[in-house]
Amino acid sequence: MTLELSHFSAALVFALFASIVFGITQKNTRPEMIRYGVRCFFTFAAGVLAAGWFMYLLRR
Amino acid sequence: MPDPAQSKSAAQPFPHLKEEAAAPRPLTLLAVVTPIVGWLVPGGGHFLHRRWGRGALLAASVTSMFGMGLLMQGKVYSANFGDILDMLGFVGDLGAGGLYLLTRALDWGHGSINLATADYGTKFIIVAGLLNVISAVDAYDIAIGKKA
Repeated sequence: MTLELSHFSAALVFALFASIVFGITQKNTRPEMIRYGVRCFFTFAAGVLAAGWFMYLLRR
Repeated sequence: MPDPAQSKSAAQPFPHLKEEAAAPRPLTLLAVVTPIVGWLVPGGGHFLHRRWGRGALLAASVTSMFGMGLLMQGKVYSANFGDILDMLGFVGDLGAGGLYLLTRALDWGHGSINLATADYGTKFIIVAGLLNVISAVDAYDIAIGKKA
């Protein structure tokens, strides 16, 4: 059995799991954990999009 | 003659913060066992402290990431003294603890050069190990009273 993810979906899966662990381990209370986890996820996603567009423009 | 209370507050700029911080507990058996269990079983350190929800989320995240890395035909590094990146890859993989030992015992994770996503799989496995180390350290912080 082989799992083949696209670049973007692999990055989103990575962001999801890393954000969950960061949220739980870096904050003390549940609301803080959720807020931090969500912020990490969107920061990861925005970073992926920004890097993607940067490389696209660099190639042109 | 200087006021003792005034001189104390001058030496310590935020004395109230120190008073409010939780006093660290002495080193107990649980504080020694927790990071080991947390390393061997993802989320295990949190389960020892009855943080069921956090432990389950950590276990699911680390195990899923490690498993997806294997399914993506990622490579699991063995102990080596070759390229520096291979050595660091081994250190990262070793962080997964029990998952790494199980994978080595079952002889999985040989990697594939035919798949473009196999390299992502290798990175997923390494990062799963590093996230597991962060989880084990967090469980240790709970054990010594540094974190609620």
